[in-house]
Amino acid sequence: MWKEKLPPMVITAGIVLGAVSAVLVKLGNPPNMGFCMACFERDIAGAVGLHRAAVVQYLRPEILGIILGAAIWAFFGKEAVARSGSSPAVRFILGMFVMVGALVFLGCPTRMVLRLGGGDGNALFGLAGFTIGIGIGTIFLRKGSSLGRSCREKFSGSSLIMPLLAIGGVILLFAKPSFIFFSEKGPGSMHAPILVSLGAGILAGVLGQRSRLCFVGGIRDMILFRSPYLLSGMVGTLVGVFVLNIIFGFFHMGFARQPVAHSNQLWNVLSMLLVGLGSVMLGGCPFRQLVLSAQGNGDSIVTVMGMIAGAAFSHNFTAAASPAGVTSAGKIAVILGLMVCLVVGLKTREGLKRAV
Amino acid sequence: MAEVVDVRGLSCPEPVIRTKEALEAMRSDEVVVLIDREAAKENVLRLARSFGCAVEVVEEDGDFKLTITKKDERK
Repeated sequence: MWKEKLPPMVITAGIVLGAVSAVLVKLGNPPNMGFCMACFERDIAGAVGLHRAAVVQYLRPEILGIILGAAIWAFFGKEAVARSGSSPAVRFILGMFVMVGALVFLGCPTRMVLRLGGGDGNALFGLAGFTIGIGIGTIFLRKGSSLGRSCREKFSGSSLIMPLLAIGGVILLFAKPSFIFFSEKGPGSMHAPILVSLGAGILAGVLGQRSRLCFVGGIRDMILFRSPYLLSGMVGTLVGVFVLNIIFGFFHMGFARQPVAHSNQLWNVLSMLLVGLGSVMLGGCPFRQLVLSAQGNGDSIVTVMGMIAGAAFSHNFTAAASPAGVTSAGKIAVILGLMVCLVVGLKTREGLKRAV
Repeated sequence: MAEVVDVRGLSCPEPVIRTKEALEAMRSDEVVVLIDREAAKENVLRLARSFGCAVEVVEEDGDFKLTITKKDERK
């Protein structure tokens, strides 16, 4: 085990994220869904018409807020630098498949933790698959698998792309033009007041940028280096949401009838295996990708775009799961994603001696 | 003669993996790591300190140069 103190900043960020999640649910978000990068990016894809699943269309202010908060903090910390070039097309595809996996499990890694903190036993299977996927990813990493180097972009203004898009999103959210969809039923219609969600997102973005909180890095670094540094943040989120869930009466332990969840455990495992493996190859969980995109990391911007495209395709091609269960298209998509990850991981191996 | 590990542009956790490999092998008495982002710098600093090494950080053109030496070999 690395001899290091547990980081107060990461733990605090985790706890706050968890606690705020429960508050968002109290104020109207779907149960066990204070934050979910996958579900919310899918909702945004629906809001702008990329898919037409009427129950999941909403310009989630949490996502817009995370981008704005992270961007603001990055600018003040002089970390907003436009850089890219590390296999962007592959990252787009991997982003698509991470979203596919998350939509079959019905949650990104952050939501997986929130579901655990809500008593959702199905998320334990997700966690098992997630850990296995990360484990496979670390084997590739140890063999030198890499998507390659990025470098600074010529046009430094690219670092403004995500915050400007987020501002545009906020404007559309308030203006409500006819071409932006707002669910009237289902999870897309369940949301906290806009300003609360936006504020919560901004706080999460600032904390994410400041602390480097990452829900895949935690287990990954434990496996690779026996370092609990990032894992402490993930545990913090679990504790934060669990405590508030108990206080609010939101904690219900079990497998059946869990909110926005299903009990097809084989596919809970396989879908989160895909999310874990894909996220390790991408260098961060969906939350981390969003925070990185906001500081100008073009590779992460492309990953987020891939996730949004993946959400659109998942719903248009009926690959997304639902509380009713997993579809055939979803199973095929997860298997396809696993194959893509394996091919990319295997083909990018190299001896570490050559890499240095 | 220092060993140079260039991790500029690499995604997490490659900077730490490659630095760790160099520190464990310690093929020379100094490992110089070239880093281009703050988060990677923080991670490599933590790694070096957990190995009980001394680290010197120099900023050059927006990049960071970390010179890591084992504490008991520092002249």
